[in-house]
Amino acid sequence: MSAGRARRRLASGVMTGLVALLSFCAVLALLLILGNLAAKGASSLDWSFFVRNPVPAGQSGGGVANAIIGTVVIVGLAALIGLPVGVGTGLYLAEYGGGQLGWTVRFVADVLNGTPSIVIGIFAWTWLVKPMGHFSALAGSVALAVLMIPMIARTTEEMVRLVPHSLREAALALGYPRWRTSLRIIARTALAGIVTGCLVGIARIAGETAPLLFTALGNLNFTTNVLQPMQTLSLQIFVYATGPFEEWHRLAWAAALVLMGLVLVLALSARWAIRQRHAAAR
Amino acid sequence: MPPPADARLQLETARLTALYGRRAVVKDVSIPFPTHTVTAVIGPSGCGKSTFLRCLNRMHELSEGGWVTGKVLLDGQDIYDPGVDPVQLRRRIGMVFQRPTPFPTMSIYDNVAAGLRVNGRRPRGALDAAVERALQQAALWDEVKDRLRASAIALSGGQQQRLCVARALAPEPEVLLLDEPTASLDPTGTQRIEELCHELKRRYTIVIVTHNLQQAARVSDYTAFFYLGELIELGRTEELFTSPAKEQTEAYITGRFG
Repeated sequence: MSAGRARRRLASGVMTGLVALLSFCAVLALLLILGNLAAKGASSLDWSFFVRNPVPAGQSGGGVANAIIGTVVIVGLAALIGLPVGVGTGLYLAEYGGGQLGWTVRFVADVLNGTPSIVIGIFAWTWLVKPMGHFSALAGSVALAVLMIPMIARTTEEMVRLVPHSLREAALALGYPRWRTSLRIIARTALAGIVTGCLVGIARIAGETAPLLFTALGNLNFTTNVLQPMQTLSLQIFVYATGPFEEWHRLAWAAALVLMGLVLVLALSARWAIRQRHAAAR
Repeated sequence: MPPPADARLQLETARLTALYGRRAVVKDVSIPFPTHTVTAVIGPSGCGKSTFLRCLNRMHELSEGGWVTGKVLLDGQDIYDPGVDPVQLRRRIGMVFQRPTPFPTMSIYDNVAAGLRVNGRRPRGALDAAVERALQQAALWDEVKDRLRASAIALSGGQQQRLCVARALAPEPEVLLLDEPTASLDPTGTQRIEELCHELKRRYTIVIVTHNLQQAARVSDYTAFFYLGELIELGRTEELFTSPAKEQTEAYITGRFG
């Protein structure tokens, strides 16, 4: 008996150690990236980095104010287009998506979810950039929105499905019409989860580069005109990192650090929203 | 013995059959529910008693494949007439479920007011009064009057269930359906709900489905015994429990099956 117990303890210890090691490997990647970014980028972060626009190649100094604002504008516009469509689709799938149409929408969303982002960029170029005759932030936003819609739709659907059936029955028995039950009771109960899904979705597209390469294109000047080409942090990193100048490489590291920080803030907000939901469920 | 013929009937089923697809789970059941009485529906699990209850406010048809034949008469009108809007109907027939189902995103006050708000806007003062009245009737007012804005899920299980009773009562329904309302409550909570039944039958007609025979004996005026979807026996509660007319009823209430 004692031998069996020792063996169990050993097996348990080995397995625990193994999964701890694997978890460490998973976290290690993030730590290495963050550490590397901080080491190479932090020294370039000063006030002028945030408020000044790029200077011509060869000169030192300058910042990425245009890219920061551009990221906010393009991602914001994408969220404005993508969130209502995505959340609405998710609600539809969860509440009314039992039939053939629901199955089709779900299938299309899953395929779209797996579509490489550069392919979506090509479509945005074909449908928007070409007919308009020039690159624009708007085309970039549309590409990003298309990227996030299936993601948000599926997470919204999952979150809405988590709401217990008994709540729906309670509302219907109280004389709630079906649509009002969906919006006032079901969607509201799932709200924290839906918001979390949206934040994760935004974080996911904030760093996208490929779909912007031939839609928003990039712009060395500051602009807020969404019908013009616009810079984003991801495009800036792409240009600077592949460029020949030391100064550019330095700025690319710093821009990467800022972008990573943005994504981290969004991810942390999502965690916070989850915690709120769990607090509400208690 | 069924209720006396001169008893005023608010609710009545006539040859009601409830089906899932082609499978009948309630078969040809006719029960009168006299006004301001409590009728208990008892029977072993799967006998169709919950489904029967859900036919009375047209909740059964919301289940996958659920439909009915026969009639359910409320004040003489068949609630399954094509002209009857089930949403409006459910505002006249309140329901409380097996497990407490407070709306988790709403405060205590908003939970009780939910059924009133869905029925159209009303002045603030009237809403306050209606919420207080419903909470008084559900014997919850004294416990929550100082924290009406608190979240409903902060309440204990027993309090949550009484909140659900208050929520069902607030729109002033005519009939109250209770589907094993004490199944998830402790003895104290159970006792509170049973006391409520006695109190509430002065204003409402109550139908209660229960697993608990003692509970049926304690709270009800009439008892209906269901077995395999059929109504085996219906009678005054004390008669049904002391001298059941049918062999199966006796076997069930003496604990020989079920």
